[in-house]
Amino acid sequence: MNMKTKISLLVALGLMLAAPSAFSASVKLGFVTTLSTPAAVIGNDMRDAVELALEHIGHKMGATDVEVVYGDDEFNPQKGKQATERLVVQDKVDIVFGYIWSHVLLASATTVLDAGKILISANAGPSQLAGKGCHENFFNISWQNDQTPMAMGEVLNQRGVKTLYVIAPLYAAGKNMVAGVKRTFKGEIVGEDMTKWPDQIDWASELSKVKAANPDGVFIFYPGKHGPAFIKQYQQSGLSDSVDLYTVFTVDSISLPRFQAAEMTGVLGTTMTQFWAPDLDNAANKKFVDGFKAKYGKYPSFYAAQSYDAVMYIKSAVEAVGGDMSNVDGLRAALQSANYDSVRGEFKMGPNHFPIQNFYSREVVADADGVWTTAVRDTVLNMHQDVYAGECSM
Amino acid sequence: MEWALLIEQILNGIQFGVLLFLLAAGLTLTFGIMDLVNLAHGTMYMLGAFIGATIFLWTGSFILALLLAVPIVAGIGILTEITTLRTLYQRHHLDQVLATFGLILFFNELVQVVWPLDGLTVPFPKYLDSTVPLMFGIEYSVYRLMIIGSGLIVAVGMWALVTKTRLGMLIRAGATDRTMIYALGTNIRLLFTLVFGIGTALGALAGVLMAPILGANSGMGEQIIIIAFVVIVIGGIGSVRGCFIAALITGLIDSLGRSFLDVILALFIPVNAAEAAAPAISSMLIYIFMTLILFFKPQGLFGSQTQ
Repeated sequence: MNMKTKISLLVALGLMLAAPSAFSASVKLGFVTTLSTPAAVIGNDMRDAVELALEHIGHKMGATDVEVVYGDDEFNPQKGKQATERLVVQDKVDIVFGYIWSHVLLASATTVLDAGKILISANAGPSQLAGKGCHENFFNISWQNDQTPMAMGEVLNQRGVKTLYVIAPLYAAGKNMVAGVKRTFKGEIVGEDMTKWPDQIDWASELSKVKAANPDGVFIFYPGKHGPAFIKQYQQSGLSDSVDLYTVFTVDSISLPRFQAAEMTGVLGTTMTQFWAPDLDNAANKKFVDGFKAKYGKYPSFYAAQSYDAVMYIKSAVEAVGGDMSNVDGLRAALQSANYDSVRGEFKMGPNHFPIQNFYSREVVADADGVWTTAVRDTVLNMHQDVYAGECSM
Repeated sequence: MEWALLIEQILNGIQFGVLLFLLAAGLTLTFGIMDLVNLAHGTMYMLGAFIGATIFLWTGSFILALLLAVPIVAGIGILTEITTLRTLYQRHHLDQVLATFGLILFFNELVQVVWPLDGLTVPFPKYLDSTVPLMFGIEYSVYRLMIIGSGLIVAVGMWALVTKTRLGMLIRAGATDRTMIYALGTNIRLLFTLVFGIGTALGALAGVLMAPILGANSGMGEQIIIIAFVVIVIGGIGSVRGCFIAALITGLIDSLGRSFLDVILALFIPVNAAEAAAPAISSMLIYIFMTLILFFKPQGLFGSQTQ
């Protein structure tokens, strides 16, 4: 070995010791979702979307290579917290994102935030984290739980629904959904049932009460496999002929193929509300939906849209700090400005780190190929901010 | 209108009770006679749902699904008994819990491999997918009435089997004093396998019947098996009669509690508090009832004194 190589070797060694990881050439992201139990159909859809996003950006954010490590919450708050701990402590990820379930997110949040890392929810939007429990390092890139049912409340007012029966599961998100619809619905709530989650899958007793109350409409929130089971029992009970069903987060691109396979035509024409839809007209959404359909042969769900969007969101922040993940202040500022092309179109990041955005009514229709999907009908809430933002002091 | 709701909730309660009976009958037999704590009983219910649904979706005949799925699952149950459970009879209950819990994990993963991850959505048989008018203007689901009917027929069949046949005599003897029928030279192995097969068949029948209502899902057995255990504790372990009565009571308490508890509570505490407390309390009602039974009659309603 000659002198020159020896010196350059020493210099290189010195540099490595001096700046151990300030300019790591790669960024590591942790993504927590449900990858086992039947609820994994949602988690798989989200993972598919993250993989598509990574493909679209060539596994690079600016000049920085990006790697995503997945964690499985097993549809269980305790397991979700453990998976989060593994990502933070063992895998040493720079940012943790994902989370379908509000109760899982609430159980896991402190693990990430206490470690001084950034946490981004790609679905769950519990009121606690939007209001008093807001945190400078927590961002939500989907919606606050109350907002979508608030939009539904407006739809109900527009349709002249005077009496409403509410059925939802008894957990963090279920309570937010019921609170949300009550905020905007001007008629009378004639009945309200909160069912055991996720154990209860037979609603005979609740449906009998609906019949006795004879309302103008029924509002439900049943994500995952519970949705098809509820709607099937609703139709079988004979209620679907007399009482209209209004849903949030219950009929989606994951359950629609199942409805179609079971020829449950009753679901066609039903209305839901959401901040996004596959047919929303903007370039980013077109690229996402076309890419997803080409790669996986099906429509993406809103869970998938949010996951794809979250990757693009993080990319904008990583590029803003030039890949220096130790610059948390810079990351935070970039995430606050939310300067990227979202699949939902225009939106702003609110002061409590929840989006201020439009909400649309969507109707279940058959597309040109006869595949059941949803189509945007109206803008129900315009640039809407969640109601808890005022409680947040950050 | 309140009367109509009351009657409809009683029907719902009976339907749930009949389902619990089909599940708990197998449990009470295996626990009472074989002294085996079989957590994996709910698994047979799940297999019944999946296999029944698959046959129904393939052939379009619900009757065929019933006729084929029940013996197939009973066969799987007997095979499990011979290969796995037989070695556990002499072991501690905790070992049995551990081993049968392992079976649950195995079968839950297996159905996720064989069938779609999110399970199957099963249509109702066309001829049962309607409602019939009953008294007070009630329109009740024909399918749920069919479940009630099937459950009652099975209950009568079980009564006849237990009280009128030689096998039933051995079952009763086994539930009362297990050691004595060993001593009298009965082929215990065969008796146990038969009993286990009957129990599994009943669980599978429940699964096939419930699949159109609930769909078939991995893990569906665990959601109901806890309540089935509550039923056999209330009814008295080993007693098929106790199991039937306890199942109906449990079903009625659950259904009526979910519907009327807030009204009843409102008589004693403010309406707001009653409406807030009712959902939590109604999901506890059956456990409260079980606790009361255990306090006043520790051996259950129809349990034998000797065990």
